[in-house]
Amino acid sequence: MPLLTATAVTKKFGGLTAVNNLDFEIEQGSIASLIGPNGAGKTTFFNCIAGFYQIEAGQIVFDGQPIQRLRRDQIAHLGISRTYQNIRLFANMTAMENILVGQHYHLRSSWIGAVLGTKSVREDEGRAHREARRLLRFVGLQNKGDLLASNLPYGDQRRLEVARALANKPRLLLLDEPTAGMNPAESQQMTEFIRHLRDELGTTILLIEHEMRVVMGISEKITVLHYGQKIAEGTPIQIQTDPLVIEAYLGRGSAGTAGHEATAIPALEATQGGASAGSTPASA
Amino acid sequence: MTVTSAGMPATGTAPSATGSAPAMPVSFQRRVIRTGLLGAVIALYLCMVGIVPIFNARPLVQGVISLGQAALFLSLFATGFVATRRVAESSSRLIADGAIAGGLSGVALSALVLVGSMVDVRAFMPNASPVLYGILTFNLGTVGFWIPMALGAVLGGLAGAVGLASPRLRRSLFVGLISLFALGLFAGLIRTPMLALPVDELARLLFASDGLTLIGAVVVLVLSVGLHHLQRTRRLDRQFAALPPSQRRRIQIPLIALAAVFVLVLPQGLGSFFAQVIAIVALYVMMGLGLNITLGLAGLLDLGFVAFFAVGAYTVGLLTSTAEFGIAQWPFWAAVPVAVIVAMVFGAFLGLPILSIRGDYLAIATMGFGEIIRILAGSDLMKPLLGGPRGIINIPKPIEVPPDSLLAGPNQIYYIALIGAALIAFVAWRLRASRLGRAWIAIREDEDVAEAIGINLIQTKILAYMLGAAFAGLGGAVFAALVGSIFASSIQLMVSINVASLIIVGGMGSIPGVIVGAIFLIGLPELFREFSEYRFLFYGIALIAMMQLRPEGLLPSRIVRREFQHGGGDEPPESSTSPLAL
Repeated sequence: MPLLTATAVTKKFGGLTAVNNLDFEIEQGSIASLIGPNGAGKTTFFNCIAGFYQIEAGQIVFDGQPIQRLRRDQIAHLGISRTYQNIRLFANMTAMENILVGQHYHLRSSWIGAVLGTKSVREDEGRAHREARRLLRFVGLQNKGDLLASNLPYGDQRRLEVARALANKPRLLLLDEPTAGMNPAESQQMTEFIRHLRDELGTTILLIEHEMRVVMGISEKITVLHYGQKIAEGTPIQIQTDPLVIEAYLGRGSAGTAGHEATAIPALEATQGGASAGSTPASA
Repeated sequence: MTVTSAGMPATGTAPSATGSAPAMPVSFQRRVIRTGLLGAVIALYLCMVGIVPIFNARPLVQGVISLGQAALFLSLFATGFVATRRVAESSSRLIADGAIAGGLSGVALSALVLVGSMVDVRAFMPNASPVLYGILTFNLGTVGFWIPMALGAVLGGLAGAVGLASPRLRRSLFVGLISLFALGLFAGLIRTPMLALPVDELARLLFASDGLTLIGAVVVLVLSVGLHHLQRTRRLDRQFAALPPSQRRRIQIPLIALAAVFVLVLPQGLGSFFAQVIAIVALYVMMGLGLNITLGLAGLLDLGFVAFFAVGAYTVGLLTSTAEFGIAQWPFWAAVPVAVIVAMVFGAFLGLPILSIRGDYLAIATMGFGEIIRILAGSDLMKPLLGGPRGIINIPKPIEVPPDSLLAGPNQIYYIALIGAALIAFVAWRLRASRLGRAWIAIREDEDVAEAIGINLIQTKILAYMLGAAFAGLGGAVFAALVGSIFASSIQLMVSINVASLIIVGGMGSIPGVIVGAIFLIGLPELFREFSEYRFLFYGIALIAMMQLRPEGLLPSRIVRREFQHGGGDEPPESSTSPLAL
């Protein structure tokens, strides 16, 4: 049974249909990707799932429960966490505080208890700090807990944002361009990290990604959006040879000859190498 | 590629170099004249609105210079300083430019003296009087019309020369002048308690009945410049920071104890006027700390503070008053918790309709609450209950003591407000590091992300409004006890604005900042009562200057200072966090 099922989801902005009648599902424990040219509606669809946008039509069901009318915090409580295309950490909180605030739902202390400093509040805080330190270690930021989020290097900020999302103990993690702005070595590291997340924690992961090396390397299923519509769906191999996908990326007429294809799409070509590099993570 | 990269700088610089070289001196002269004329306008304005004559009544250094003259000199000096600032020129040129600009301002004043003594313009400019001309010419009258001119040139030239001094010397001079001003203005405040103590001889030596004595002025200048110079050269703060923690504590603890003792004995022997002033300052410190929770932590600019202040005050009035409208005649201490709880309930209810409003819009919306409560309290509808404009009187003092006791009059309010402030500071400190405090900061930083993380915005914001209202109610309760009565006319929007401004001027999120802000914005205007309406002129100027020069406040908390240094405060988090983001 799929963990998340979207049926005929439509989101419009004025005259523009950003997501058009989209059907989508993701299996429990899998890693899936959304790809497509700029403006294809990928992030809009993320925003629909996470409750940032109200959809005009359709239904989104998470774990048997429709969520399209819920508030963002209620969706988070059900176990959906996300990261953002342009990192949105709480810049003036420390790395540690960012993770602590991510655990909000799982802490139980009342404010009166906090003012009085009761034993249960202190225990609760102690647990929260231990968990935050564990997550910092997990994302490799163990010595940087006291730094302001805005002072962390870029790659660390990306990882901290994932750690903050993980603090909510999500069952579905939405990653919006997790390797944006990273060099090849960093994005290779991030790929390993995402795979590690799924293998260690069993978290279902849906990502938006432009870097084909990453997408092809870790996705079990890829969905291609174009002008808000799904134009292809399948395994990395299926997607790479789909003529509609190539046309969407390169324009009409480019999908003519197969030989031309291979040389004309550097991104897709690179994915072949990426897929093989991804399959041997031990070498990294 | 090579053509553009080689050609660009050549074509880019050549015309501007040839174009601006001859133009430089012209625009330079124009700048001096423009600054001089601007200075003239300011100096004339100071005279014509009556600031100079009124300020003249307050001596800065007795028998030498009055506050009015000082203000005028300062404007002439500033004109010269601005005209020569950031200009790389020879020293004689700088002095000449300063003198031209300052002199120009002086010419305007000289012209005022000449014209004014020939034509009576008092019909439409009531301040252009012989008194003013006397001040401008050191009582020489029309014969001395040249004095402002000469004075402007001298002061402007001096300002140009100061621009040549090393920054360290300049800063020391600045500190000296500021100290002179501060001590001259508050001579009375310092002198009164000194006279009561065994240092009365020293007090008479340094302070006149109003302002400093000449000896006092010299001592203040020498001491402040010397101390500042010492601190700059020895870097005492760095030496202190380099000490091991145990030694640092050995210095810190006595200092904190000394400060605590000072705060505790402060109202004793000050006389009833100053005691009243510092009681009000302490009350505002307490209210500032309360609003700091809503504004500083949760980032909600709540200008409805006075609404909950009114609820607290009226609750205490109703429950304790021994006159008409009093319903219970409870003691103050029993009424306070009720007032706080009632204010909290109001906070929760009024918070509901404004939950989805953000930022500036919130300030406007909450401003409405204060007005609603003010109008209601004064209305015929509530008159049978709250007394309308006549209000509730005979609110007893919290502690009944003989009039010569240490706790007499406003002193007990001062101590109660201190206890309240300590309590609020403690609550804020505990909450800051709690689940709720983190949620508030997250909302302040990025409301959307905070909600997506699982923070219930409704609950969290309502709690912020409730706690803010509770402390505002406490402030109102103490206010009612201080004044002994509560009227609809006490519910002024200015209360909300004062509390919000003192936090912003002092430095958001910092307890010392709130204290300094309250002293500056509440205490000072009270001490300048004789200047009546002009107080608010300076209040406004101070606010503008603060926001220009130090938007983070006078004593910001460490975190806010970091925000301003990193430019993270005002910008959207995208740009502040990830310069690399695509």
